[in-house]
Amino acid sequence: MLLEGILITIVGAATPIVLAAIGELVVERSGVLNLGVEGMMIMGAVCAFGAALATGNPYAGIVVGAAAGVGMALLFGLFTIYLASNQVATGLALTLLGLGLAGLIGEDFVGTPGVRLEAITIPGLSAIPFIGPALFDRDILVYLSFAIVAGVAYVMFRTRAGLVLRATGENAEASHALGRDVRLIRLAAVAFGGACAGLGGAYLSLALTAQWTEGMTAGRGWIALAIVVFATWLPGRLLVGAYLFGGVIILQLHGQALGINVPPQAMTMMPYLATIIALVILSRNQALMRRNTPAALGRAFVPDR
Amino acid sequence: MQLELVKRDAPSGTMLFAAPFLAIGLTLLTSGILFALMGFNPFEALYEYFVSPLTELWSVHELLLKAGPLILIALGLAVCYRANVWNIGAEGQFTMGAVFGSIPPILFPEWTGPLTLPTMLVLGIIGGALYGSIPALLKVRFRANEILTSLMLAYIALLILDYLVRGPWRDPGGFNFPESRNFSDEQSLPVIVEGSRLHLGILLSFLMVPVMWFFMSRTLAGHAFKVVGEAPRAARFAGFSSSALVYGSLILSGALAGLAGIMEVAGPIGELRPTISPGYGFTAIIVAFLGRLNPWGILMAGLLLSLSFLGGEAAQITIGLSDKMARVVQGLLLFFVLGCDTLVRYQIRFSFGAPKTAEQSAAPAAPVTQGAGDAA
Amino acid sequence: MQGDTDLHTESGNTDPLLAVDGLTKSFGALIAVNSVDMAIAKGSIHALLGENGAGKSTLVKMLYGTLQPDAGRIVIDGKPETVASPNHARALGIGMVFQHFSLFESMTVAENIALALDHKPTPDQVKAELTDFVARYGLAVDPDSTVGDLDVGVRQRVEILRVLLQKPSLVILDEPTSVLTPQEAEQLFGVLRQLASEGKSILYISHKLDEVRALCDDATVMRHGKVVARTDPREESSASLARAMVGSDVTDAVRTHRALPADAPLMLELNQVKYEPGSLFGMALKDISLRVHAGEILGIAGVAGNGQKELFDVLSGEALVDLDAVRIEGHPVGRLPIAKRRERGGAFVPEERAGHASVPAMALSENALITRKAPEDGTLGSLGVMKFGAIRKLSETIRDAFDVRSAKGDPAASTLSGGNLQKFVVGRELSRKPRILVVNQPTWGVDAAAASFIRTGIMNLADKGSAVIVISQDLDELLQISDRIAVLSHGYLSEPLDAANVTLEQLGLLMGGDGSSTASDPEAANTPGMERSDAA
Repeated sequence: MLLEGILITIVGAATPIVLAAIGELVVERSGVLNLGVEGMMIMGAVCAFGAALATGNPYAGIVVGAAAGVGMALLFGLFTIYLASNQVATGLALTLLGLGLAGLIGEDFVGTPGVRLEAITIPGLSAIPFIGPALFDRDILVYLSFAIVAGVAYVMFRTRAGLVLRATGENAEASHALGRDVRLIRLAAVAFGGACAGLGGAYLSLALTAQWTEGMTAGRGWIALAIVVFATWLPGRLLVGAYLFGGVIILQLHGQALGINVPPQAMTMMPYLATIIALVILSRNQALMRRNTPAALGRAFVPDR
Repeated sequence: MQLELVKRDAPSGTMLFAAPFLAIGLTLLTSGILFALMGFNPFEALYEYFVSPLTELWSVHELLLKAGPLILIALGLAVCYRANVWNIGAEGQFTMGAVFGSIPPILFPEWTGPLTLPTMLVLGIIGGALYGSIPALLKVRFRANEILTSLMLAYIALLILDYLVRGPWRDPGGFNFPESRNFSDEQSLPVIVEGSRLHLGILLSFLMVPVMWFFMSRTLAGHAFKVVGEAPRAARFAGFSSSALVYGSLILSGALAGLAGIMEVAGPIGELRPTISPGYGFTAIIVAFLGRLNPWGILMAGLLLSLSFLGGEAAQITIGLSDKMARVVQGLLLFFVLGCDTLVRYQIRFSFGAPKTAEQSAAPAAPVTQGAGDAA
Repeated sequence: MQGDTDLHTESGNTDPLLAVDGLTKSFGALIAVNSVDMAIAKGSIHALLGENGAGKSTLVKMLYGTLQPDAGRIVIDGKPETVASPNHARALGIGMVFQHFSLFESMTVAENIALALDHKPTPDQVKAELTDFVARYGLAVDPDSTVGDLDVGVRQRVEILRVLLQKPSLVILDEPTSVLTPQEAEQLFGVLRQLASEGKSILYISHKLDEVRALCDDATVMRHGKVVARTDPREESSASLARAMVGSDVTDAVRTHRALPADAPLMLELNQVKYEPGSLFGMALKDISLRVHAGEILGIAGVAGNGQKELFDVLSGEALVDLDAVRIEGHPVGRLPIAKRRERGGAFVPEERAGHASVPAMALSENALITRKAPEDGTLGSLGVMKFGAIRKLSETIRDAFDVRSAKGDPAASTLSGGNLQKFVVGRELSRKPRILVVNQPTWGVDAAAASFIRTGIMNLADKGSAVIVISQDLDELLQISDRIAVLSHGYLSEPLDAANVTLEQLGLLMGGDGSSTASDPEAANTPGMERSDAA
């Protein structure tokens, strides 16, 4: 039973990271580095919470959360893609702005009980021991996270759209020379990333806790960024990475339950330490890293006409 | 309509100066709109926010007090950003500076003498520098991205501080409050303006502005940071070691942030607490960019960002504006600074022709219906 | 003036496939293309001749829709068209092979080709379509190989196949032979002639006059953005075409001093250098040995991507190898970084002038400092404080001595033309009077006058007793200035050949081989080395 309980909580911890990371993976594959995941995510969280509260419908919250992420992403896209502003710094700006705006919007939500997203039980599958309750008796966002990862993997490597996306991230000039609208492709990717980050935030405030607290993303957006690097920009590895992380986060909860006697701060530290360790471990695999790193990542593209 | 950027041959000198002011103007405009949306009189709110803190002497003192750490941290960050090293964990280096520097007053409270304070400051510098060297090591040895590692280390540093002041470093006579013992006078920076909280550290911070300006623009070492940031291959060709520059920039900015940290706790705070900074380490990122990574610019930007903190507090008291507004204003400001930066390197043109001509040329090849023709 | 009139002019007698009429394009104050008229007949191979910076690339970018003209019109098959985008150009039957490859290195050949085809095939469908073209034109490539792993010559085959699969009626090629061996170039000409015989038109952009005379049946010559001549190149001499291109007679210095005294001191040597580059698609160096003596110019020929960059890095100290593998005047320096090698009299000019030899955004004076911060340059005071007066003066001296034309004052490196920036970075090194000079692609993309100036400077340095290594893709250049020429191929370096007696064919065969059979490493001598060039 304990194992099953752990598995259930791991899925809960991993899902927001999966959602945010898979969006960022698409963004980075297009050659754009959006460090504002944390900002888009928290805007998704607060807007989803507010919309669900106002309508009483958590699904409205999901839609509004995703839309908030898209709105933030488009702001980022306008600056970095169309004004060629520095992507790293603008991403930081997006995070700072998002944290600020979310705090402002959510001021009245603090302490208010939210609307919880209910589970949708899948008959049959949910009865499988261990994994059934963890994977098939969950809310729609958990299912969606798997669907999006599978969809991205398929589109990225099996379709022409994916080919065009990867080509844009590999060599924007060559893509432009072939007549592609590099900036529009990138803007679309950035918007998708925003939607996914918004969904990740919505999961936090609708499913994981059903409440709003300021700064509730607690660095998950940054961890999602690290997961993308850790996954060497491959969707399958991303899923594995995010679930490993979910495990680490859960360890801190269950560690206390199991009576491991370490300061709570050391436990809270685990995900951050694990992020650093993951990035270091990755360095052993430079070959894989180099093959998959989008060559144009982080570089603005300005077409001359 | 199509937005086009036309690259300038050389950066525009006019825009180099005008862009930050344009960004400030846009921030004021957007903030005003936000105030109005929140139901305030935008002019009154803007006045309370950006002007009223400057009308009284004590709040000017407070302005300088908050600007000190912002400027000191941003001076270091500017070195990193010039070198294309993205240290965003200054908050952590600030915190570890405070922790290291607090070792004498907390662990050796009896040791008070003329050397105590200098020792604390040096330890603060060492703490920040050591903590800054971790992302440098990880970047040089393992190619781990410093953006992520330095930020993760910032979260970790805040938790270490939290652990210390709630655990081993808690004041034994402090009624279980999460605070360290209070620093004595010998363990604190002397106040330099009677009746204010302005301490020696603020003077030191402002003095670092010309020092860093000289270092960055008049010495070969400072030049090396710029070359590696502009063109890494050229830096290697010049014989500058890229690993040394990564270490150098992160250790230097860590040291300055650490110094700011210990001067904050040995100054206005006077003890260690779970929270010793309103986010100076993050706000300093904005200061560095608004100041165009130039020490004199950082001086001005530090004062402005300090005003955004004070204005937030003032407007909360006088007109009941949310204290969350400060972060929003700061975020907007950084956005506009970066957007206006484009004007330095590019001219912006709006063209209405290009997409239309595509349709015109297609028209004779394949006659289209009347409706579509009207649209064009 | 003279150049404009003494050429045979030819009037098109058939309806042209493509005609341009008063085409104009400017960037800021620079009029890159100034009211150009040109007509390309069906089934003809039309040369577009001109120096670097004459406006050829800008003109074809407008034909291919990546740039929009400011004025003038483009007429295709008698219909005026606005080529709005490359997609539109392809729809109009225009295909283009770019000078700087626009391939996606980490993707496969099939994926690269699929990306360029507007009927949106999958990579599998591309493979099927490819077979036919490969057989018809003899352009063999493996559709599943990753482009970054391919030789430059094969990459160009991919580029050409990519265009041919679009079934264009006009194929534009921008300086296609600059990356090919003479044999590979011959093969390409065969393909182009076959295409022309099938009724396709070809616009062939080049500044290599012999090629144009051998291949093309029509030519438009541009200079400073204007058309200065239209002619049948088969009836011209290389000299008359050169005059039209440059606008005056180009006299290039000729190196006479080629016999090396037997006791000339050994200045620089490599001993069985093995080096594995860290970059993704770099070329490993395999057992490279070479020796250069005082007063000698050693030319290193080879097609780009065969280890030139890596060899330069090993020589300059930007890449470190075993201590004994590199020696300067007998001293082992293989582990010494570039600054230490400069102290020992070395000077280095890398291939990439903007971003490697110089920092584009920085002023010329600051760029002078990059390699000139030794005590004898007087640019630094104690504690590394920069002496701006001395630095500006040094920069002024270099600019005066090497005829660097730029804006007044101390402009940023990015504002200089390619030729002037190259003169500056070469001059920065030559004015140090180094005892050893290593220069990679000294005149790549530089106008004829600047190239001649640079070559003369290098030859003068050798005449004064310095040892020089020139790495270049330009065989004519190497034959002109070197004493001996070795060929770098697949990371192997051949034995050096006497430049006075070597033929283009000999060099071409060495360039096309896999290098191992003629490598300086005797153990590799028994591996079959000519397979590739036979198959080609």
